[in-house]
Amino acid sequence: MPGIDVDAPSSVQLLLGNEAFARGALEAGIGFAASYPGTPASEILSTLASVAKKMNFHAEWSTNEIVALEAAAGASFAGIPAISSMKQNGINVVSDFLVNLGMTGIGKGGLVVVVGDDPSAISSSNEQDSRWICKWMDMPLLEPSTAQEAKDMVKWAFDLSRELDIACIVRETTRLAHTRGNVKLGELPKTQKKAYFADTWNMCQPTKSKFTAGSFGILHYQLQQKLAKAPAIFEASPFNYYVGPDKPELLIITSGVCQLFSMEAVEELKLQDRVGIFRLATSWPLPEKLVEKQLSRAQKVLFVEEINPFIEGSVMELAASFPASKPHIDFYGKRTGHISLFGELNTDLVIGAIAKIMGTSYQARDAEYQKGIEEAAKMVPPRSINFCAGCPHRGTYWAVKDALTLDGHNGFATGDIGCYSMGFVAGGFFQERAMHCMGAGIGVANGLGNLKQFGFTQPVIAMAGDSTFYHACIPALINGVYNQANFIFLILDNSVTAMTGFQPHPGVGRGATGEQSPVVDMEALCRSLGAKVEVCDPFDLKNTTETLVRLMADEEPGAKVVIMRRVCELVRARREKAPYKVHVDTGKCVGDDCGCKRLCIRLFGCPGLMWDKEAGKAKIDEAICTGCGLCSDICPQGAIIKEAA
Amino acid sequence: MKTLTKEPLNVIIGGVGGRGNVLIAFLVGGALVNEGFSAGVCDTYGTSQRGGPVASHVRISKKRQYGPLISTGHADVILALEPVEALRLLNQFGSQDTVVITNSRPVYPSDVSSGKATYPEMDELHQAIEKFSAKSTVVDATDEALKMGGSIFTNIIMIGALIGADLLPVDKESIVQVLSERFHGTVLDNNMKALDKGIELVRQ
Repeated sequence: MPGIDVDAPSSVQLLLGNEAFARGALEAGIGFAASYPGTPASEILSTLASVAKKMNFHAEWSTNEIVALEAAAGASFAGIPAISSMKQNGINVVSDFLVNLGMTGIGKGGLVVVVGDDPSAISSSNEQDSRWICKWMDMPLLEPSTAQEAKDMVKWAFDLSRELDIACIVRETTRLAHTRGNVKLGELPKTQKKAYFADTWNMCQPTKSKFTAGSFGILHYQLQQKLAKAPAIFEASPFNYYVGPDKPELLIITSGVCQLFSMEAVEELKLQDRVGIFRLATSWPLPEKLVEKQLSRAQKVLFVEEINPFIEGSVMELAASFPASKPHIDFYGKRTGHISLFGELNTDLVIGAIAKIMGTSYQARDAEYQKGIEEAAKMVPPRSINFCAGCPHRGTYWAVKDALTLDGHNGFATGDIGCYSMGFVAGGFFQERAMHCMGAGIGVANGLGNLKQFGFTQPVIAMAGDSTFYHACIPALINGVYNQANFIFLILDNSVTAMTGFQPHPGVGRGATGEQSPVVDMEALCRSLGAKVEVCDPFDLKNTTETLVRLMADEEPGAKVVIMRRVCELVRARREKAPYKVHVDTGKCVGDDCGCKRLCIRLFGCPGLMWDKEAGKAKIDEAICTGCGLCSDICPQGAIIKEAA
Repeated sequence: MKTLTKEPLNVIIGGVGGRGNVLIAFLVGGALVNEGFSAGVCDTYGTSQRGGPVASHVRISKKRQYGPLISTGHADVILALEPVEALRLLNQFGSQDTVVITNSRPVYPSDVSSGKATYPEMDELHQAIEKFSAKSTVVDATDEALKMGGSIFTNIIMIGALIGADLLPVDKESIVQVLSERFHGTVLDNNMKALDKGIELVRQ
């Protein structure tokens, strides 16, 4: 398949939503792209980075989202169109910069922020609705529905940001980000802009008032004036449209992928002649005249949107201003319980809402089939998530479990999102007791580690990945050293940002476009901050456990760092063959008679281990085992044999 | 463009996270677009990739882009890379008209290995799949893949099965084209062999 940079206008390609965003940015002539990995938004930057060298623009994985956005804004200040993409959590990280960016404007380049929300928190620790940032900070908001619109609207967002002098937010959700669809390509620009920071530009000086620099209230007023131009532009946008009869009984107002769910729901119910759909792609600020015109079609209105009642609230606010002479409208949505207040939507849920309002019934399938399959499906076992076969983190968590048990002071781990969320389930031996945002594990350890005068004696082990260390842990580590908080900080260094798709970070010596880059040495950095630093191999269970037990007994206050260093198994397996061939010595394996009751599969739980029911013994699943050999170190009978492969 | 048996034709490719589900959907989607269809391919990324159930929803149309997710009871074809996942998907998306192809090799959930849950008896499982589908075919894809040198070939064998059973509006040549755009040399040769093996297995 041709690359994302193919210069073939009007040709149709199958693009992932995120690839379509990247293509739109290329067609808009971006010169700068910066991001921090985060599902569901990661592939936007990785796609751009794959062609950055060839197309002569800058693409980087930044240390975190706020640095990424600040860098992108810097480019825009100098006249270079820039894009920054992030998952929903990233919006919180960038918010301090963003609120101030509204005061200054974005320069001449054009600046677009793509935010990936994750309804149902499929790959997240929350299902935040990032659209509020636009109301909060006076920014325009676009919500495409398909990969084609992702491309087209991100391109438009650049024009919009330049026209309004405000960064423009384009919101995607997981299902748009990770659905491939047909995309008809547009043209790629042939010229390159020159970067120059206008020496006459004082960005904190109000332009149209007698007030002098520093009058930030006036800058806020100016921002509102800029944004006030948006509704007129949105009124005329072809991205907002209505499909349905002129006067429907029910009007659906929807945006994003919910539009597709709505269309299908109406078709499934065969209500195309009675229900109309108004797709509002420019959901903030509201194009009020257009919305008013659409509302006049029907006396019943249903809002179909994901996570929070964002459009619902805005439209109802508008309707509250209508004169009493206007016909009454019944509004349905999250407020009335017709649409769920949490979780992602789908066609079935929208069918349910419409059927309830319209008084029609719907059966997805034959009642007998429904009853039968539900009964039969009871035999389907759950499939819990787990660390991958051969994952170094399994060794780390195993050692943490052993060390905390040996120490005997009811110690516990505070952790992080990403692969470390496994610390909350059986795969991570339930060792983690706190998980919030990136870097919060060490942050809360700073509090727990300074409670000695209240009789607190439980050891605290804070955990974070290597990428998270650079992203969000360094100020908290400095704080631990400075304020002498007593905790052990484990950095699980697997040399990659694994969960989001193996992106590089400042510690690996490689940049986003594959070029060599200087290594920011985490060990030297931690030492320079004044922390005690040790390095362990997570596959050396004995040494890791002993190190942790020793550090827990160390009464000298202050942050202690242990770097758990071993490359992500998925990365290793791509580079080299399995180090060991592993098998179970059935003579030695005592099966259920083992005093530990199947320690290897019941507790250790590597997916490469299975239970041979007939033999009553443990067995290696050759299709899954990666030959790491770690399980041979935990079998009390010495029955798991590893031999050099 | 080949004829489409239904508008849209809904195909689910399901299995266990981290085992190459996304690649199958990508290759099938590419072939469909090359043939002129509108294809929507919704994948599962992120946390579920770590051993959880995953499913790609493929929606094939001559008219328009359909939504990312297939609704209850609307799967026309289920390609299951793991047997118990076939039943899990039928429970949500299946109907008496759904055609199922299942890889015979189970991937035991950690919940089963640990003794907290039970994996159904294979006979009972396949009987249920057969009962709640229009047609059920079982393919020894992983076993054949291991014979070919690695479980990594399972996915391409399963695409072969899908093509061999004539369940997609694309022929072998379209798949060969996308394979040769992605793979080269010995890797391509091996994948072509895997594709042929899948076609052969399903036609036996």
